[in-house]
Amino acid sequence: MNPFVIHTGLVAPLDRVNVDTDAIIPKQFLKRIERSGFGQFLFYEWRFNVDGSPIDSFILNTPAYKDSTILLARNNFGCGSSREHAPWALADYGFRAVIAPSFADIFYNNCFKNGFLPIKLSEEQIDELFKRAEGRENYQLTIDLQEQVVTDNDGLSYSFEVDPYRRYCLLNGLDDIGLTLLYEDKIAAYEAVRR
Amino acid sequence: MKARTMFEKIWDNHVIHEEPGKPSLLYIDLHLVHEVTSPQAFEGLRLAGREVRRPELTFATMDHNVPTADRFNVKDPISRKQMETLTENCKEFGITLADLNSPDQGIVHVIGPELGLTHPGKTIVCGDSHTSTHGAFGALAFGIGTSEVEHVLATQCLQQLKPRTMEVRVNGDLPFGVSAKDLILAIIAQYGTDFATGYVIEYTGEAIRKLTMEERMTVCNMTIEGGARAGLIAPDETTFAYLKNKRYVPQGEDFVAAMEAWKQLCTDEGAQFDTVVEIDAAQIAPQVTWGTSPGMGTNITSTVPDPESFETVAQRKAAQDALAYMGLTHGTPVSEIKIDRVFIGSCTNGRIEDLRKAAEVAKGRKVSPSVHAMVVPGSQAVKQLAEEEGLHLIFREAGFDWRESGCSMCLAMNPDILSEGERCASTSNRNFEGRQGRGGRTHLVSPEMAAAAAIAGHFVDVREWKQENASKEVFQ
Repeated sequence: MNPFVIHTGLVAPLDRVNVDTDAIIPKQFLKRIERSGFGQFLFYEWRFNVDGSPIDSFILNTPAYKDSTILLARNNFGCGSSREHAPWALADYGFRAVIAPSFADIFYNNCFKNGFLPIKLSEEQIDELFKRAEGRENYQLTIDLQEQVVTDNDGLSYSFEVDPYRRYCLLNGLDDIGLTLLYEDKIAAYEAVRR
Repeated sequence: MKARTMFEKIWDNHVIHEEPGKPSLLYIDLHLVHEVTSPQAFEGLRLAGREVRRPELTFATMDHNVPTADRFNVKDPISRKQMETLTENCKEFGITLADLNSPDQGIVHVIGPELGLTHPGKTIVCGDSHTSTHGAFGALAFGIGTSEVEHVLATQCLQQLKPRTMEVRVNGDLPFGVSAKDLILAIIAQYGTDFATGYVIEYTGEAIRKLTMEERMTVCNMTIEGGARAGLIAPDETTFAYLKNKRYVPQGEDFVAAMEAWKQLCTDEGAQFDTVVEIDAAQIAPQVTWGTSPGMGTNITSTVPDPESFETVAQRKAAQDALAYMGLTHGTPVSEIKIDRVFIGSCTNGRIEDLRKAAEVAKGRKVSPSVHAMVVPGSQAVKQLAEEEGLHLIFREAGFDWRESGCSMCLAMNPDILSEGERCASTSNRNFEGRQGRGGRTHLVSPEMAAAAAIAGHFVDVREWKQENASKEVFQ
């Protein structure tokens, strides 16, 4: 897994609550058996018309947000289906992080497995970020996972909470399976009793 | 010993390792696998040179891509490839697979309980959010992502942060003609789609105890739509009666012993939940969703709400967007919403009882000429049983399309898909934009409500029809 330590990037504001994983990556693109290549289908039905032409009004089709790497979102982001294709698509598209007031559990878990950082901030802080991202050209944020802080160039600084173990794994790009197998003896002992 | 909730007992029974500051390592008793969320996990194993640790605790089926008309003719080459990949992976790693040729094939959350793979007290995972269904048996069951599927395949364990606990106590009785689907839709409509994020819910109370296993599965199935990690219902005589003699359940004296152990799982008197929510079952009416989130629902007797009536800016905007997508105007009575399609099926409502309830409404009536209605059994076993009972004849006679088993139009990965602008009364679980097809408009309802809508061509209060049916029976 790619580590996440510090990242500075352009912010794309997606002003909708309850963005579900069906919207992030529609089902017709779940048939692939690879992990890669999902970025082209990200938010497909919001990004493209039926004939495949781009929908100009959608935020990611706006030239100003073309190179964004940080997604700003609203409540309950990633709800619905457990499909890990959702964080795969976001990461493959070029996003490194998503900032929202709350996330659905399974999506939130899935992000950490893919070097993609979901950050929870308060509704007030999110409102302020929306105001700045929508009101200023080329609005950038810096996310520092080591220090657990989000900052901009105008003095804004928000600290965020993240589970210490997840932070440790993400900072170091550690593979969960390898870590679990360190407890092989305990797993085997449990199985011996239960079999 | 400290009084514990059922969740805590199951959790404690499965913790292999815990230390401060780290997630717990939890042992998994049953891993269900389907074709959509598993290929990358198996590929990960191959790349790392790992085996499946406990193939005998792993069970696979194909459901999402399966055509329901001509099931062996998978026209979409990518769908076919995904199903073939599952077959190859199961063969390579020694996993039992209920494929299209198997009489056990069906939606993963229908066949688990049906085969008796689902037991009280088990930890059950699957790369599918509706794994919460199995909680109806008092199993701790939840959906995971593909990386976690790979993790469970390789280690039979999962790293998990301990969720909080919530009791949802449903007091009183559900009124005549009101179903378990209405109950869970009403709960989500009232409390929202994220009210239980971070929690495991245990459903308790009189109304829950009176539900059949099928109805309990409907409630636990849609628990994920309220944001919860899992839903649980304590096992009781209803549970045991359902499980007895199922293929993968202990038999004879072993069953009696298992039953005794399962009874010990129930929440101790005095155990504390982190949060308690109380619901009055008597207040619940048949539900219809009007928007693009399962929480956007209302009573059949109500009208499409005014976006301005919502509290927050975000809610008002979401309601406006939803009404625009759904092609609805606020103030329209729900019973005047006309429909084009009906889908009866899915892991929420594709079980035998669901089909019986829909058939009861359909019997002796005709599907409206402007509606295409389909019934998709949740599994081959459900289909066979329904046909033994003659339900398929009732449906066909009424003009319903009787199909083969699969996930079908719940998420429309197979050819069962809505066209742009088509409006569907669906017994599934999600009304998200595009879920049943791009531009498709989904209204979530119970099987009875769906069947009645198919016949009337618009939503109707099925309580009136049921009343009529009941008086006919008395008369006869």
